[in-house]
Amino acid sequence: MSQTSSNSRAQWLIRLGDGALILGHRLSEWSSRAPTLEEDIALSNLALDLIGQTRALYTRACEIEGGTRDENTLAYRRAEHEFRNPLLVEQPNGNFADTMARHLIYSAFALPFYEKLRESNDAEVAGIAARSAREMAYHVRHASEWIIRLGDGTPESHAKAQAAFDELWSYAPELFEADALDSEMAACGFGVDPSTLRGAFDATLGPVLREATLKRPRDSFGLRGGRVGVHSEHIGHLLAQMQHLQRAYPDARW
Amino acid sequence: MSESPMPLWEVFIRPRNGLAHRHVGSLHAADAAMALQNARDVYTRRGETFSIWVVPSNAIVASDPADKDILFEPTGSKIYRHPTFYEVPDEVGHM
Repeated sequence: MSQTSSNSRAQWLIRLGDGALILGHRLSEWSSRAPTLEEDIALSNLALDLIGQTRALYTRACEIEGGTRDENTLAYRRAEHEFRNPLLVEQPNGNFADTMARHLIYSAFALPFYEKLRESNDAEVAGIAARSAREMAYHVRHASEWIIRLGDGTPESHAKAQAAFDELWSYAPELFEADALDSEMAACGFGVDPSTLRGAFDATLGPVLREATLKRPRDSFGLRGGRVGVHSEHIGHLLAQMQHLQRAYPDARW
Repeated sequence: MSESPMPLWEVFIRPRNGLAHRHVGSLHAADAAMALQNARDVYTRRGETFSIWVVPSNAIVASDPADKDILFEPTGSKIYRHPTFYEVPDEVGHM
């Protein structure tokens, strides 16, 4: 394979890992602060799933790159504009309904994504995708059950759940936008074209929102930018916390 | 944090097919589906699990610890009830 194509494949995996890492970090911010002990552990489990996916994706990307970078370089030594996660996952946790709505939107996208990625012609990537798909199926279930109970709960929980979807819905379109890199990776059998997944996403979301008695927000123009490195203000604060130790004490180990 | 406490559930886990479910602890959850989900997250993080039962704690009928002497003590002296006089063939495995 040519050098260009190795770089593209690594870049594509890193971008995928960025989404998982940033969302995983966001969820970890709930540790010790969740509404109940049970949900505290559940959110930490979800966070660890995502961070585990990130490690596998980054590690494979670095193998393909064949350079000196490793998973830690990618996570802790890159600046805002080098992260290519969709804007959705860097949005603040907000209240519990906000977090669950964000998580349902992401996982309903990620599940069909990884299911499709199981067919990657890179055996390592196909393996990561198989494990991730199983994990994301549980994430969809967990977030769905909560959204149903919040939406179909008290007037207050309903209002908060509806407000969460109304607020976050404009971040959904970016998940499904394919750029030249996505098309190239899908065409060569390595990756997935996210624009093919909107149907599966709607099929997951539709019944959950109905059962939750929530209104599906109107599709809007969509907010985008994260996947080309143009972020909302929130990611700077997130990275400052996540990267502090490695920035202050490079190569610190314990 | 919540206005009314959520119901309590007892959690039973069967580690492998062929073994019995064992009580592992309890948790709070709004309903049965969430109880199962919480049980998965709280109690199956580190080991293999084949299946989970959750039971509303108030559905369990318990003996009174104060009745211990009446119910259980007399069996202690009846050693003929303990099957320690038999040799169990290795082939039997779990019994």
